[in-house]
Amino acid sequence: MARPVETKAFTLEEMGYSLFLALLAVVCVILAGKAWDWQLAVHATVGAIFAAGGIFLIIKGYQTRLANPAMEIDGKPNYNMGPVKFAAIASMFWGVAGFLVGVYIASELAFPLINFDLPFLNFGRLRPLHTSAVIFAFGGNVLLATSFYVVQRTSQARMPGIVTPWFIVLGYNAFIVIAGTGYLLGVTQGKEYAEPEWYADLWLTIVWVVYLLAFLGTLWRRREAHIYVANWFYLAFIVTVAMLHLGNNVSVPISPYSLKSVQVFSGVQDAMVQWWYGHNAVGFFLTAAFLGIMYYFVPKRADRPVYSYRLSIVHFWALIFIYIWAGPHHLHYTALPEWASTLGMTFSIILWMPSWGGMINGLMTLSGAWDKLRTDPVLRMLVVSVAFYGMSTFEGPLMSIKAVNGLSHYTDWTVGHVHSGALGWVGFVSFGALYCLFPWLWNKKAVYSLKLVSWHFWLATIGIVFYICAMWVSGIMQGLMWRAYDKLGFLEYSFIETVAAMHPYYAIRALGGALFLLGSLIMVYNLYMTVVHGEDAEGVTAGSPALAPAE
Amino acid sequence: MTTYSSLAQFAQTWGLVYFFVIFAGVLVYALWPSNKRPFDEASRIPLRED
Repeated sequence: MARPVETKAFTLEEMGYSLFLALLAVVCVILAGKAWDWQLAVHATVGAIFAAGGIFLIIKGYQTRLANPAMEIDGKPNYNMGPVKFAAIASMFWGVAGFLVGVYIASELAFPLINFDLPFLNFGRLRPLHTSAVIFAFGGNVLLATSFYVVQRTSQARMPGIVTPWFIVLGYNAFIVIAGTGYLLGVTQGKEYAEPEWYADLWLTIVWVVYLLAFLGTLWRRREAHIYVANWFYLAFIVTVAMLHLGNNVSVPISPYSLKSVQVFSGVQDAMVQWWYGHNAVGFFLTAAFLGIMYYFVPKRADRPVYSYRLSIVHFWALIFIYIWAGPHHLHYTALPEWASTLGMTFSIILWMPSWGGMINGLMTLSGAWDKLRTDPVLRMLVVSVAFYGMSTFEGPLMSIKAVNGLSHYTDWTVGHVHSGALGWVGFVSFGALYCLFPWLWNKKAVYSLKLVSWHFWLATIGIVFYICAMWVSGIMQGLMWRAYDKLGFLEYSFIETVAAMHPYYAIRALGGALFLLGSLIMVYNLYMTVVHGEDAEGVTAGSPALAPAE
Repeated sequence: MTTYSSLAQFAQTWGLVYFFVIFAGVLVYALWPSNKRPFDEASRIPLRED
């Protein structure tokens, strides 16, 4: 059937983004000329180039696109998967980069010589590069890809906009570039997991609001009566991260031409806001959003509905209402009032319940299909991730108890705990989702090699075990050495003695991280081969007119 | 009483009531018998092919 020829016009949306980016480019050029600090001049230049590039892409997109992307083709939703593909590939790039920096700084701790006395290779600058690369760049892109995939599929609707989805995905990655290069150049506001300075924060705010609107817009167009539970988790993530980002970045630049800004809160208030932010970055970025992945990808891969939809509703509301109060457990025995610290601890312990409810819901989805674990390493990865989720959400509340925290805080135990959650839960659930997503997005029958998935799985698992066991031993030893007194009441060990004692565990930790990195490289090869050499799925007709790009 | 201590006391007492009521509401919604069918249907959304 011949489609009626529609006349193509530059839409209001394309016009709006072009004008906005043009304005931004002008502002960036002025900033670059008048900046007080050379780092800000560099970033403003990069910003101007990105903005100009954005305008170029909009015009090029306009020239090549069809009249208006159809909402449906032959009664089926015409999903917009281009930005999803981009985010999926970007996540692999940033993942490998972030893991590599992690292995490098782990090696620096074991062998300090390898910072070569260069400022930009210093642990202090590379550490935020590592944390931001793995959490925000790798994790963030996984979340952009999966959230846009899941919300479109479960709503049976194309996401709104022509430029908007690309603006979100590319704009977010531009933020990553600005933030990451900033750390290397020494630009930081010194807030853990919120290091980027004011101008990067402003940019992220714009991108994030557009993200929220695009997500809501897709839900608005949905054909399903009910909003599937995974979308609830994604939505909680987007809304809460917006709130946290604004709350923790209330800072005033000392001049529009300076990269330095001053925090409005001070003292213990600032510390409390920071850890309200910090803990909920864990709760809503690294937990709620990745639970969205669990609630879609585990049922999909196991080919069974989630164990209990009712439990998922209780899980959702209990989790989001409780998580937001747990932050004060990062500030035990500080200037924070005792009751606030107790409140944080109590909520952390209550969190056990929804966390384990969610874990049980994820694991029990496999009831009656456990045999699939033997044959499907991707499902194994997803299930082990949920097991790690259960383990680290058990360990977290334990460590939030004041008496335990007195031993564990400021030691490597915390680092080990974070990594059992980050590598085991967030890493594995992301890998599992990527192994599902790549064949789906590129219409391939399956992943190129399940055997390589198995290799990835075992290398990464052994790596995690090395990592967390080394950190448990090292952390508890460190804590005990710090509090050891001799008969006369003097400290038994000097600080440097504790550092020396930790050396072998640092070496083991670096080895564990290297194995995890090796596994991720195998994944990149495997997924590259899936896209390039994978067998096409059935039902893909080459050169179907609806999919062919217009010349 | 200072503003601080009265606010703190309010949070420490009424907070409990607030959480209890919300949790009860969620349980009622999730377990309401007539909601079972739509929930079961919703749980199958990801498995439906389009």
